[in-house]
Amino acid sequence: MLARLPKNLPGGVSLILPFLFICFSFSPVLSQGIEAEVDTLDPAVPDSELVVAAPVTSLIASDYKYDNGEVIELSWVPSIDDQLVGGNVIGYSLYRSENDGEPTLIAELLPGVNNYTDEGLSRLSTYRYTILTLTVNHETPSTMTAPITPEREWINFDKKYLFLIALIIGGSVMFFIETARRGKKLFVRKIAGLEAVDDAVGRATEMGRPILFIPGILDMDDVQTLAGLTILGRISRIIADYDTKIFMPVSRSLVMTAGRETIKAAYQAAGRPEKYSDDMVSYVTDEQFGYVAAVDGIMVREKPATVFLLGAFFAESLILAETGNYIGAIQIAGTARPAQLPFFIAACDFTLIGEELFAASAYLSDEPKALGSLKGQDVGKALAMVIIVVGVLAITIGQAWHVDFMMSLVDTLTNIFSTK
Amino acid sequence: MRRQIPLFITFFVGTLLIFSVFIPPMETWGEDFTLFFDIIAVFAFFLGGGNLMRVHFNKLTRRKQDWTYSIVTLAGFFFMLVLGLLKIGNPGGIAASVTAEGSWFQTMFNDVLNPLQSTMYALLAFFVASASYRAFRAKNREATILLVAAFIILLGRTPFGMYLTAWVPESFSVLQIPNLAIWIMNSPNLAGQRAIIIGIGLGVVSMSMRLILGIERTYLGDDSG
Repeated sequence: MLARLPKNLPGGVSLILPFLFICFSFSPVLSQGIEAEVDTLDPAVPDSELVVAAPVTSLIASDYKYDNGEVIELSWVPSIDDQLVGGNVIGYSLYRSENDGEPTLIAELLPGVNNYTDEGLSRLSTYRYTILTLTVNHETPSTMTAPITPEREWINFDKKYLFLIALIIGGSVMFFIETARRGKKLFVRKIAGLEAVDDAVGRATEMGRPILFIPGILDMDDVQTLAGLTILGRISRIIADYDTKIFMPVSRSLVMTAGRETIKAAYQAAGRPEKYSDDMVSYVTDEQFGYVAAVDGIMVREKPATVFLLGAFFAESLILAETGNYIGAIQIAGTARPAQLPFFIAACDFTLIGEELFAASAYLSDEPKALGSLKGQDVGKALAMVIIVVGVLAITIGQAWHVDFMMSLVDTLTNIFSTK
Repeated sequence: MRRQIPLFITFFVGTLLIFSVFIPPMETWGEDFTLFFDIIAVFAFFLGGGNLMRVHFNKLTRRKQDWTYSIVTLAGFFFMLVLGLLKIGNPGGIAASVTAEGSWFQTMFNDVLNPLQSTMYALLAFFVASASYRAFRAKNREATILLVAAFIILLGRTPFGMYLTAWVPESFSVLQIPNLAIWIMNSPNLAGQRAIIIGIGLGVVSMSMRLILGIERTYLGDDSG
């Protein structure tokens, strides 16, 4: 409260306010539950000098819908003296009383605020709230709310549309996986970057130079790293068949372990387990630019013929890709971070854009079930396209010709696809 | 069995966490599971540190190519390890935080590591120039469009761009270079980015389904997926 007081207050007032604040916090009036406006006077300030503001009104406490019974929402109408120009309210103090106990201060709010969400409550307690309207030398309490207990809900109906969309997309993925499993041939468009994998590995073999695989700088809990490693599994199989050298510096210990397992399995599947070595994958550092320095050094010294950059990348994307370009390596990159895609497109020979990174493993495996999941994904894309076109037409027609039906359609679509 | 248990865990946890999004009492489970991951990752760090030492000791003892760099790596590794573990120079002693202000560890971090990292980051400026030069060569129609768009945005972000088209009347203000730059960023660029983001979202769903259903197993070191 004091932090927000004007700095040019008279010295006496500045000294009195903390005293006033403490006195009021322990006021018996509050602890008994205030039901009417009560002036909190400071005996040191004459009545004529008190700046009194009207209390907030319509203070309502309601249970937050669809939570675990830990949240109460409060709303109120600010004091009529809470005005930008000529107003005398300097803020509000929000008090909470638990199980009819002594009210405690839970928040200090700026003028103009008319709602608050109280979190971290217990389902086993009842709560009451009151708000003090603060002026420079006076505090006016509001009425206390009725007792309320937060309730737990078992299903979040706010997310019903999300559930429906997930059901449609998930269901179509499962449907196409099943369709593919029954032997139906599915068409998947050619992805240039993945078509080039064989050539890229072959080039390294012919030149007698190693292949460098960089799985990004995030850990195994990132789906892009997982996508990178699944592609590594397919590429390693080709590398093992061609008997080429692969080197994979990583910035996370768990990625190192998973990378080793992946490459080892590929060498075993290719019938060359003796060619595998743990040295193919090595940990460098968790530090972003320390990792970049090490990988750049490896590139310049070892001069790999092929560089794969598949995973999550940040500011290091261009530094790595440009160094790869400088040493003349053929580069295949892929990431799901839109901000890094232009850098890869500018510096690499082939780039897997967004979804192609996630499709790559299925594409390279040629496994019907995996390809089926890609077709299911296309249903989601078709749905998105139809809804975008409908939405654009609806808002254009609705605004240009003032068609209410179109505007309500826009509202409905916004409601369905907005995240809560 | 070695593959079955991880696949079962993936299926069980994956399905549970999908449903937790729609069930309020389970809403925080996703964050809780992330904490489990962090705990595992801490233990895995020993693997990483151990591997780093093994690789560089190997290089050093066998005098492999560029073995001298390994001396620097190992010296840096052990120096920071000792400073951190023994809290040498820490004003608060052994009980204080390892990153306490004034400790040697923190000083090394602030005065050596940070400037080195900034130096690496600064390279980006030069790489942007060389990559832009290659990307903006008008080799074909697409590259030419890219070049023109980039040129407008570059000009639009400078006072010179405003000066060049200040004479365009207000009724045609959309043709002023700064406004054109804003339009390119907010319309074609944003539309393209959103298309990519929608594709990424669907790609993640599809990939997750493959992982949960056990169709994708290469990350477990299983090539039969």
